[in-house]
Amino acid sequence: MSMTDRLVLEQVTKKVSGRVILQDISFAVPQGSILAVLGPSGAGKSTLLSLLNRLEEPTAGTIYLDGKDIRTLDVFVLRRRVGMVFQRPTLFPGTVADNIAYGPSLRGEKPPLPVAEYLREVGLPAEFAARDTQSLSGGEEQRVALARALANDPEVLLLDEPTAALDKTAAHQVEELVTYSCRQRGLTAVWVTHDLKQAQRVSDRVVLIIGGRKIEEGPTPDFFYSPQTKAGRAFLAGHLTKVDTEVR
Amino acid sequence: MSYLSLTLSLSFVGLAMLISFWQRLKLERDLFIGTVRAFIQLTAVGYLLKFIFNLASWQYVALMLGVMVLVAGQNAARRAEGLPNAFFLVAPAIAVAETITLGMLVGLGIIPFTPQYVIPISGMIIGNAMVASGLTLNRLRAEITARRAAILTTLALGGTSRQAAEPALKAAVKAGMIPTVDSMKTVGLVQLPGMMTGQIIAGISPVEAVKYQILVQFMLSASVGITSMLVALFGYRLFFTSAHQLRLPSTNPSR
Ligand SMILES: Nc1ncnc2c1ncn2[C@@H]1O[C@H](COP(=O)(O)OP(=O)(O)O)[C@@H](O)[C@H]1O
Ligand SMILES: [Mg+2]
Repeated sequence: MSMTDRLVLEQVTKKVSGRVILQDISFAVPQGSILAVLGPSGAGKSTLLSLLNRLEEPTAGTIYLDGKDIRTLDVFVLRRRVGMVFQRPTLFPGTVADNIAYGPSLRGEKPPLPVAEYLREVGLPAEFAARDTQSLSGGEEQRVALARALANDPEVLLLDEPTAALDKTAAHQVEELVTYSCRQRGLTAVWVTHDLKQAQRVSDRVVLIIGGRKIEEGPTPDFFYSPQTKAGRAFLAGHLTKVDTEVR
Repeated sequence: MSYLSLTLSLSFVGLAMLISFWQRLKLERDLFIGTVRAFIQLTAVGYLLKFIFNLASWQYVALMLGVMVLVAGQNAARRAEGLPNAFFLVAPAIAVAETITLGMLVGLGIIPFTPQYVIPISGMIIGNAMVASGLTLNRLRAEITARRAAILTTLALGGTSRQAAEPALKAAVKAGMIPTVDSMKTVGLVQLPGMMTGQIIAGISPVEAVKYQILVQFMLSASVGITSMLVALFGYRLFFTSAHQLRLPSTNPSR
């Protein structure tokens, strides 16, 4: 475990009613870097993310944030420090401003910056603050969800296929905004995607998960130019797009 | 009413059996069992009540109320499939509602603390609380399942399970109270309540019977409100771990 690793997973296993979803996963995410988690649908990527902010509990293994076992941290503090953006954003009834201020409001606080600043950061005009959340397009919803996560002033961002439900243009814009925010704020990010090109564009490192097991891990260029395993090469070649949940 | 006319009332069951036989509904057996059970249970309760009324001892009244609460709690908990500890939630909620409502009725001098009043009125309080707690629990589960994404969003932003469950909680309390509130709106117009009907038949003036019915209606709204609120307030915890993680019972639909 290096001093500069913000997140470290050690031998993490997750079983759900006896079935192995993730097995013996270990890796580290250096501070300020973006890690892409790649893998086919059903590989266990979303489950892996939900372990990192303790929305779910590993069956075995330990996860460290800044060297501390996350089970020893106050769970509310952990979740404030480790923000999450889901594939399909859930906005609450009310205005965009209400939603952006929602995270801090759960603790009776206000966001550190004015709402307009978060809107600007996600590329929306200040007038959006008063908009009803019902009137937004998919891309706008995802931007508001990103702004809402940022208003908690997180140190780590967990992104679960944040662009997968969007059309091409919106997906591209959201991808750029997320990358920009991460770099600008120096966030550490774990970015789940099954889009190889996206992983190549945005990430510093890659972890490939197939059937609940870590198949490959390394710097993004290395992974894309010289994958170490047969399964890794097959995945890159696009041969492994079907659900493969068997743990071998 | 004479035993002869009571015996003759069996002809109604006979009529129902004839219909079942004629239409091949195959309900004869169930009808027979139902008839026998209704006869035995009601007769037994009649004698039991007579016994308790004669004793006029508060210990026996308390014992009877305790049994009523336990049976009601078990019945309501059975409806909440997949929630193994539902009984320990529902039975205390019903007990609290019964205690508060009955306490107010007696404390304010609205009814005297005699078995003749306390037991039938408690029967109504507990029976309605039982139905309300079943409705509240089932609705709570349905709302939490349906709002899974919103609940996870609130938790992920650092909210407590209580904050995450708040909308589901409100909907569940409402669902538990709605039948009672609705019946307050239509009572007397659509149906004459059983207690009032019984009093009128037994020869009590309709105006007098109505007074009691109004009392009953108001007190039921209190007991149902208390039960639903308690069941929802404590029941949402069954769906979360102590680390504020959502834990849906039994199978996990559409992840
Ligand atoms: N709580 C759960 N109950 C049952 N099965 C689950 C649960 N969580 C995940 N799974 C299963 O685990 C596997 C991995 O799911 P997921 O993490 O969503 O994969 P991915 O995000 O890579 O598509 C899937 O087969 C899924 O059905
Ligand atoms: Mg997923």
